[in-house]
Amino acid sequence: MDAIQVFLETIISRQDLIVERTIEHLYLSFVAILVAVAISLPLGIYISRKRKVAEFYIGVTAVLQTIPSLALFGFLVPVLGIGATTALVALIIYALLPILRNTYTGITGVDEGIIEAGEGMGMTKRQILWKIQLPLSLPFMMAGVRTATVLTVGVATLATFVGAGGLGDVIWRGLQSWNNSLVLAGAIPVALMALVFDFILKTVEKKVTPKGINS
Amino acid sequence: MLISFNNVTKTFEDGTVAVDDVSFTVKKGKLITLIGPSGCGKTTTMKMINKLIPISSGTITIDGNDISTENDVELRRNIGYVIQRIGLLPHMTIEENVSLVPKLKGWKKKDYEKKVDDLLDMVGLDPNVYKKRYPLELSGGQQQRIGVIRALAGEPPIILMDEPFSALDPISREQLQDELKLLQKNIHKTIVFVTHDMDEALKIADEIVVMKDGRVEQIATPTKLVQHPINDFVRSFVGDDRVKKASGSRGELLADTIMQPIQAEVELNNLPEISSKSNLHEVANIMLSKQAEAIIITAEDGKPTGIIEKNQLLKELAGIQKEVQ
Repeated sequence: MDAIQVFLETIISRQDLIVERTIEHLYLSFVAILVAVAISLPLGIYISRKRKVAEFYIGVTAVLQTIPSLALFGFLVPVLGIGATTALVALIIYALLPILRNTYTGITGVDEGIIEAGEGMGMTKRQILWKIQLPLSLPFMMAGVRTATVLTVGVATLATFVGAGGLGDVIWRGLQSWNNSLVLAGAIPVALMALVFDFILKTVEKKVTPKGINS
Repeated sequence: MLISFNNVTKTFEDGTVAVDDVSFTVKKGKLITLIGPSGCGKTTTMKMINKLIPISSGTITIDGNDISTENDVELRRNIGYVIQRIGLLPHMTIEENVSLVPKLKGWKKKDYEKKVDDLLDMVGLDPNVYKKRYPLELSGGQQQRIGVIRALAGEPPIILMDEPFSALDPISREQLQDELKLLQKNIHKTIVFVTHDMDEALKIADEIVVMKDGRVEQIATPTKLVQHPINDFVRSFVGDDRVKKASGSRGELLADTIMQPIQAEVELNNLPEISSKSNLHEVANIMLSKQAEAIIITAEDGKPTGIIEKNQLLKELAGIQKEVQ
């Protein structure tokens, strides 16, 4: 009972900090995902039509993904200094791969028979992309965005080390002062945020799945 | 719409010659099947008509117009296309699938809506029941019926069919073949139909083009093909059983199908004559009664156009091929 009481007291006494950091965290995650989507979706569509270069781009994003996240933040500091920009760049780099790969797999995975039928009926490349490939690969793309979002919300806790704030701040303060309640007060909102995003995007994913598929 | 192949060759980038100097014509309103073992170039040949595969050399003309000068997309909108994998768009309703080409061609809504209803009725699927359904809710046979009427929807004069029924179960396949035959009686499209199934080809074709290794081995009507396979390959591909069976009716063959050109040195004076439209029974009767070693075949205007010698006639009636001497 004591532990819960202490935890609740911590939340109440630190609520300003928690709210502020939560907003920062939301902002970092949201902007990073938006930018990553803006880069990866068009790039994914592009490489799905130039399959020879596709492996290269996916390879590059995969290599970036293998850099340990903490190290990536560290690498960027000498280049970009400290602050939100650095955190955003790192988060964007992390979010690229899942979206890019899913977009690519989604588009290239559309049944060749359907594409051939479209071509044979006299659809232009553009019509095939917009009327066939994109609607049919939308669920894949959304799944990629979902994965990237959950990942980003988690990794964004490291933003604190480059002075970009976020809930990582709360957690880190808790760790430094041996205050487990404070650690939880930072970690639980992160987990909740990831779950809520995941739920929302899952709903969107279902919505965009064209009728007639999976029926 | 007359489709004409003139010395068409297709060499792929890796150097394989898929189609080798092929020439033939498809007459307007006829259903022609391209048949042969896999890798014979039949599908490649067909896909060159709607330019899904570009030609390496030679020309294909449709009603005299070289297709290489035409816009790919425009050309394809006037050529129906049915494929083995059906290729219905799973995210669109049956109605949307069937009206795709009419929409691409800019038809008015009420025109293509009526067309969809008419076509669904034509293949025995109630528009009120099926229009709003999605492809995956239909059986394979039903899906390919939609595939066929989707190809008809834009009212193209030509339809290409790439093994359209071979992935279906045998019962659906038979049904769709029957329906296609019946349909063709009413719509008279120029149809190029690729298959590897001789039964199917014999059943539905007006004319059969037998291919092997990228070349045309024989072009003939189904009857003529089984009665008169031109070489061992065609004979075995048609099936010995069918050839033997058909040889029972070899006497029905017309004289002009087996006659040879008249050589200059042949003495024509003492030979009997018979019209080129007589069958081999009649030819044999005359030759027997006249004790002739050969017979002159005359055209409709009475002029000699060919000759049949006794040995040749005997071989023909016995179903022995030319190579066997």
